[in-house]
Amino acid sequence: MNNNASGSTAPAPARRRLARRRARGSSLDPHETRRALLLVAPAVAVLALVIGYPVARAVYMSFQADQHLDENGVFVEGGFAGLDNYKHWLLQRCGDVACPPGSTGSSFWEVVWITLFFTVVTVTIELVLGFWFAMIMNGKFRGRGLVRAAVLIPWAIPTAVTAKLWYFIFSYDGIINNLFNSQVLWFGDKWAARSAIIVSDVWKTTPFMALLILAGLQLIADDVYEAAKVDGASPWQRFWSITVPLVKPAVVVALLFRTLDVLRMYDLPQIMTGGGAGDGNDTTTLSILVINEIRNGFNSAAALSTLTFLLVFGVAFLFIKFLGASATGAEGKAKR
Amino acid sequence: MNTTSRWRSVRTYLGVAVIVLWGLLPFYWMIVTAFRDLQFTFDSTPWPTHVTLDNFRTVFATDRGNHFGRALGNSVLIGVVTTAIGLTVGVFTAYAMARLNFPAKNAILAVILAASMFPGVALVTPLFQLFRNIGWYGSYQAMIIPNISFVLPLTIYTLTAFFREMPWELEEAARIDGATKRQAFTKIMLPLAAPGVVTTAILAFIASWNEFLIASQLSSDSTAPVTVAIASFTGSKPHVEPYTAVMAAGTVVTIPLILMVLAFQRRIVDGLTAGGVKG
Repeated sequence: MNNNASGSTAPAPARRRLARRRARGSSLDPHETRRALLLVAPAVAVLALVIGYPVARAVYMSFQADQHLDENGVFVEGGFAGLDNYKHWLLQRCGDVACPPGSTGSSFWEVVWITLFFTVVTVTIELVLGFWFAMIMNGKFRGRGLVRAAVLIPWAIPTAVTAKLWYFIFSYDGIINNLFNSQVLWFGDKWAARSAIIVSDVWKTTPFMALLILAGLQLIADDVYEAAKVDGASPWQRFWSITVPLVKPAVVVALLFRTLDVLRMYDLPQIMTGGGAGDGNDTTTLSILVINEIRNGFNSAAALSTLTFLLVFGVAFLFIKFLGASATGAEGKAKR
Repeated sequence: MNTTSRWRSVRTYLGVAVIVLWGLLPFYWMIVTAFRDLQFTFDSTPWPTHVTLDNFRTVFATDRGNHFGRALGNSVLIGVVTTAIGLTVGVFTAYAMARLNFPAKNAILAVILAASMFPGVALVTPLFQLFRNIGWYGSYQAMIIPNISFVLPLTIYTLTAFFREMPWELEEAARIDGATKRQAFTKIMLPLAAPGVVTTAILAFIASWNEFLIASQLSSDSTAPVTVAIASFTGSKPHVEPYTAVMAAGTVVTIPLILMVLAFQRRIVDGLTAGGVKG
């Protein structure tokens, strides 16, 4: 509610403004609006410059041909290419023929599936572990400060360092093989390398998931549980019919953030395996493929990054549409 | 204490132990290895053996083309400038979002949200080409400008959440007591907002400090931040994977963040969840 919308005591001009506003059916004060838009303008301008412009440029580039040699060996400068770059990725066409195996063009769908595989597996494990962590941290125990500091450590370590740390832990003579008395070449095999990457990512980001879910758990008042207890609900019933539905908004937001993070994952697989696992694209994510493609041509890379960006937004849209993620709405005040 | 509640508290403390070990063990292993002599890299005693500071000396040696000391400075510079710009621009927007009612508010909020979901890799290709064309490739601004694209949405979100929870009635009260609008804001509200702003600054700085993708593509040897330096670290002996030195480098890169986290632990948790859950 607005301050000067208080009726009969308002001075005449204010009252007239109020009347005009009522006539328009809105409660907006034009002065406030002008001030707000002025305050918001710098951020919008900066975002337009640092995101809007590069994206517009990427989309424009994606419809241009890369410099290349044509079938007669004549140098071609580029120019408008229509959907050729998109055909290159989606249909895996290199010119008029299918892209040769091993080229970036032939690996698009494989890489999409690898990225989705990482996303589904990592986020699922994180959700289960994160929920458990959050339930524990929501309990009463001594040393809560210590625990909250401990879970922030994996979160605060730069991903580049995390990658190097787990690369060491998973090395052939490293502590994992040592502890389990195994001789696994973790980065020489496709599934071993993928597992190592998943373990590292889960270690680093489960705390973040747990903290977001914990914040949701703290919004639930104790007396709801008390009432259910009095009514004879078992702990299991209390969990499924109180905790789960009430914490759902927080969980959906956490899931959304983490899903988008894994879809654009780059640092961990790039530093740990370079995208391969010995050879090939076994641990290549979409972001790695884009970076590799820059060496072949800016315009085809731009088309690929545009596809990545559409995938990320598509997933975000589905989340908001079907799971009702409302990262914008105020979910209330957490009790501290 | 009856048996059920005793069992419950045992379970809680077991869980707590798992969480603490989860967070600390790999980090501890990094520090132990950082102090180990290269020859004993794969020792598996859980405490440091063959303790040496050589690894730290190797990290800061420049004879193998590593410029780690310089990279640290680069990260500080990039982080400070990015944070300063993100905060300066973000504060106004967050104030408007939390305090004022205006048309297109939800649309602007949606744009900022979309910006925070944006995949960094979509910026690399166009900026790579653009920065080459205008001679910015490898410059500091080539990393600062893209960093703003994710730091600014972060600052707006976190600050908006903080501002929404502030006792704005105090501003009105000060006005009634005769303070001017400016005085009410600078003398009353600004000090109250300081903790939220500091928290946001820390989150923004950590985000910028940890950035790797854009820096790995757009920096040069002399402007590379620590994340890029550590990923390409080569150590003092050729053909030997210098794990101990890399762990020392990792320790150096991580220690400032851990100190910040320990000092501001409660605020950081509030800031993270404010931006996420409370919107």
